[in-house]
Amino acid sequence: MHLILFFMFAGFCLAGAVNLLLQSHPINSALSLIVVMTSLAVLYLLLGAEFLAAAQVIVYAGAIMVLFTLVVMLLNAGREARTRGSLAARVVGFPAVVTILAVLATVVLHLQGMGVARASDGITSTAELGAVLFTRLLLPFEVTSVLILIAILGAVALARHGNGEEAADK
Amino acid sequence: MNSFFTQEVPLSWYLMLSAILFSLGVVGFLIKRNLITMFMSIELMLNAVNLSFVTFARQWHTVQGQIFVLFVMVVAAAEAAVGLAIIIAVFRTRATLAVDRIDLMKL
Repeated sequence: MHLILFFMFAGFCLAGAVNLLLQSHPINSALSLIVVMTSLAVLYLLLGAEFLAAAQVIVYAGAIMVLFTLVVMLLNAGREARTRGSLAARVVGFPAVVTILAVLATVVLHLQGMGVARASDGITSTAELGAVLFTRLLLPFEVTSVLILIAILGAVALARHGNGEEAADK
Repeated sequence: MNSFFTQEVPLSWYLMLSAILFSLGVVGFLIKRNLITMFMSIELMLNAVNLSFVTFARQWHTVQGQIFVLFVMVVAAAEAAVGLAIIIAVFRTRATLAVDRIDLMKL
């Protein structure tokens, strides 16, 4: 069962990622990314991370991608023009991608002592996660709330109409 | 047939999937010519790294890896909000999303 689910959702993941690259319309790319993120949530569940699977669906596939699709519709983004791209991307970028993939694949294939994931393995409960988060990592956890607040203020300041100059005139 | 259903998946396969997804994200960042889709490729890379974290958390039977993913999600949410606000500001001044035409700071 584990094996079938893994192949199914790994396939969905890769198909969605490839489709993201092939589509020329941003809204199609956004929908493919939602497929990738939802499939990743199932893979998290297979690895026993139940809280992260829920957070992945709610935060990523839900909140972040809704923001993306909203911006695509708001800006009325059309098809992207196919251009050659920059010289740096072709000369440095693609060899770098091949190198990264080759190095990662070599390292992963030579890893010793990697375990296996079974369906019978226990899942990490949300209580275990919360116990660490609210005792040892309480300060970092609280600091993220400040980060979110600053991000909200920054987003409002950046996206506000008139961006300061008109407001200063009045 | 029953043994097939109870079969187990090596954790290195998850790492391999993560590596491939990350590379696809980099390729997307390089070939996409639209500001929003380039940003989506970055999100794809973040997700690929998260999968690695969860896999290693499973390997060592600790929760630290999962907590790191939680923090990455928080930072990604903040980053998406600020990034999309910047994209809206750019679109308002340049009236385009094509990165080839947003070249004011190019040498």
